[in-house]
Amino acid sequence: MSKLQNAIVGGVRTAMSYVPSSWLPGGKPDPLIERRVTLGTQQSRLDGPDKVRGSSRFAAEVPMERLLYAACVHSTIARGRISEIDVSSAEAAPGVVLVMTHRNAPKMALPPPIGLANLKAAGNNILPVMQDPEIRWNGQAVAVVLAETQEQADHAASLVKASYESVAARTRFEDAKADARTPDSLMIERNRLKKGDVQAAFRRAVRSVDATYRTPWHNHNPIEPNSATIAWNGDRLIVHDATQMLNGTAGSLAKVFGIKETQVHVSSPFVGGGFGGKALWDYQILGAAAAKLAGRPVRIVLSRAGMHRLIGGRSPTEQRVALAADADGKLMGLIHHGFSVKPPHSVCDEAFTLTSRSLYASASFDVVQHTLDLDVLANTFMRAPGEAVGTFAIECAMDELAHGLGMDPIELRRRNVADCDPVTGTPHSQSDLMLAYDLGAKRFGWNRRAATPRSRKDNEWLLGMGCATGSFPYARMPGMSARITIDGDGQATVSSAAHEMGVGTATVQRQHAADRLGLPLERVTVRIGDTSLPFGSFAGGSSQTASLGAAINAASGKLASELLRLAGNDTPLAGLKVGEIEFANGGLRKIDDQSRHESFVSILKRAARREVSVSGESGAPLEMLKFSMHSRSAIFCELRVSEVTGEVRVDRLVGCFDCGRILNPKTAASQFRGGMIMGIGMALTEETLFDERTGRIMSASIADYHVPVHLDVPDIDVLWTDIPDPRTPMGARGIGEIGITGVAAAIANAAFNATGKRVRELPLTPDKFLFA
Amino acid sequence: MSGVHVSTTINGDPIDFVCDPDEPLLDVLRNRLGLTGAKEGCGTGDCGACSITLDGELVCSCLVLGAEAEGRKIETIEGMADGDKLHPLQRAFISNAALQCGICTPGFLIAAKALLKKNKNPTEEEIRFGLAGNLCRCTGYDKIVRAVQEAAKEMRGA
Ligand code: FES
Ligand code: FES
Repeated sequence: MSKLQNAIVGGVRTAMSYVPSSWLPGGKPDPLIERRVTLGTQQSRLDGPDKVRGSSRFAAEVPMERLLYAACVHSTIARGRISEIDVSSAEAAPGVVLVMTHRNAPKMALPPPIGLANLKAAGNNILPVMQDPEIRWNGQAVAVVLAETQEQADHAASLVKASYESVAARTRFEDAKADARTPDSLMIERNRLKKGDVQAAFRRAVRSVDATYRTPWHNHNPIEPNSATIAWNGDRLIVHDATQMLNGTAGSLAKVFGIKETQVHVSSPFVGGGFGGKALWDYQILGAAAAKLAGRPVRIVLSRAGMHRLIGGRSPTEQRVALAADADGKLMGLIHHGFSVKPPHSVCDEAFTLTSRSLYASASFDVVQHTLDLDVLANTFMRAPGEAVGTFAIECAMDELAHGLGMDPIELRRRNVADCDPVTGTPHSQSDLMLAYDLGAKRFGWNRRAATPRSRKDNEWLLGMGCATGSFPYARMPGMSARITIDGDGQATVSSAAHEMGVGTATVQRQHAADRLGLPLERVTVRIGDTSLPFGSFAGGSSQTASLGAAINAASGKLASELLRLAGNDTPLAGLKVGEIEFANGGLRKIDDQSRHESFVSILKRAARREVSVSGESGAPLEMLKFSMHSRSAIFCELRVSEVTGEVRVDRLVGCFDCGRILNPKTAASQFRGGMIMGIGMALTEETLFDERTGRIMSASIADYHVPVHLDVPDIDVLWTDIPDPRTPMGARGIGEIGITGVAAAIANAAFNATGKRVRELPLTPDKFLFA
Repeated sequence: MSGVHVSTTINGDPIDFVCDPDEPLLDVLRNRLGLTGAKEGCGTGDCGACSITLDGELVCSCLVLGAEAEGRKIETIEGMADGDKLHPLQRAFISNAALQCGICTPGFLIAAKALLKKNKNPTEEEIRFGLAGNLCRCTGYDKIVRAVQEAAKEMRGA
């Protein structure tokens, strides 16, 4: 991953000129922080009416003539080779048009890996796809059947008979530790961190804790399966996909099939939930290959079991956290070590130690994480990769330390929260975690908490309260582009290959563009979701709002100068320079001088132009290197644990978020709540059951993988500090992922408060309280 | 496999189709009739995204065969709005932000409508039980409950 680091740092040097000075140290904050009109107001989703009618078109719903349906056959061993594959009965089955195996699949190159350095790549599982008889994980696709209907394809797939020569597979977490690797870097940070003398800190400490925390495999399980409708038109490839990485998918498929990127068109206007699981996996490649062989369009919709076999999940982790404190609770030493699974063909770090490097001002640090090679499908990013599981470990450890010190857990955090990056001294762009704690504690009623565990009871139920910090870093991707077009009626259209997976992209960016361009909402249209539009980065790392925001801002700057040029001399704006004008009232004016104003309509009319169109790009994210930029949250939980069954029932959750400015309270609250509910799942029920003997996922259905359901979800309160971040577009930081972080720890801490039993292994199933 | 000829009524319109004997009604709706409002989230009765009503009864259309629709009345999400006029439940889902990606939404709306037909004034608990067969991963459970309460109130004329 040091390649990534080099690319970012290198990119910063070469692209310095693109960075608006407003986001640099000493620069002025985005003027929209003060001048917002629609930003910050409640707006309902623009796609709501179509979605409630069921008329939004998802990837598996695009009609095509002569469409064939695909079904996959999956390997039943983890490592070895196919010795024999008999497809004759499948080929003879009704409706079957093609059975593709490694014997007849077209030649295809390796998918290029996802990386910050190459936004045209989206590969997760960097292995040859159906090119040889090798089996590399249990569940790999060994055949694809195409038939006239889905049922015919499914039936024929069941008739394919494969036999295998197995070799010993590495499938046990514990055994793999002997050969653990220690990567040089994690995302864009150095992996190994040593600061001060940790050993001495633990010798001198008044209180210390040292414990190991475990989290299991997780799967994204969006309700929309990974699916694509794929057609070849000559040597042009058309893919209607459900993806968080439009341009990455197009670029990757171009490489795989040896064609130009411009020959691949990917469309994905709506994604039925992603959470990190909707990038490039084998299914798009297999679907396109099969479509090519059959000479007909193909729809490939993974079954729920197929999703567990072909779409990677969140790696399990084993984390040791040790904390040393003085009598006042000040941290003297912080150790965070651990393991996650990352096979060599995987590209995604599960960077669970990043939060512990930046959150608390410990006097010394010893932090490093290791990866394990297993013969499994590549792991990948899942909502708040790293932080979701990392905050579970560090925030439970903080609770254990507070208990050991006899100190209120919030007070312990107050004494330790860092006011700059505790390792490098880099200043925060904006951070008010303790304000979030104060607001949240008040809303929650933290003063009702009994400090002594197991002291509140209601019949069979033991009652408890707990809290924890959540955290997710800010990110803005360079290279994201947006085009703004103003037409002769003064209407603006903003377009970009951005993604809508439920987050409200078009809704919020329309608010942004309206305020940026001085237009009412109704005069702005946002077009996203298609690679024919200007280049988009990805919907990941909670970066899309800032990236697209920066691109729109850059484009608006160019638009101002282009309009000024078109306006010529015969205008109230004559003689003004770009720095002296601003957008207002559907046109341009001299800053704060309404008398020197000309509307878009009038400028275009005089210039005899039907429209003006400009593009801008998100520049190098220098602010990320100059400032310590993190969103944080304070999560509070009240729950009950049955003494009879060990069941945990969450009664109430409160989350108070410090994420810069909130751009649309309605869509933002949905993001926070959704994340927190996924946090309940992570805490109580979610676990991909992996058979360590065979390397096979046993819980390959949504009946066996327990996502939260209606009756699991309590009253949830969400609030925020709403303090603008002066270093980001619109003063906002990303909010898509932070909601899940800290929740599992808050629930585990509340369960300890209720029962006096400390469970350090997720999920917190009843057995762990009854028998542990 | 020879096709089965089925005569049915969908959202008030008489519709005939031919399907395979082993073909789920969900696939008939989506792949043969172009009614893609009912979604497929699992195909095994676990997620509720495919909810429709059959003679007024809420069912998972992935668990019903197309052939079983013979002579019966089907209602899908496509029939919920009255032309341009959205159903109160649809409006309440939008205003309460009870949807995000929208893939679970048609199923929730159909299930909520079926619930309100039986129980005009459900408690929060009854709503949660009534919608227990529908999963939302995004996840909007608490807002969905509020949207159903609000729509129920409007529909009672309260
Ligand atoms: S698709 Fe029918 S219940 Fe999930
Ligand atoms: S809104 Fe996405 S699954 Fe419910």
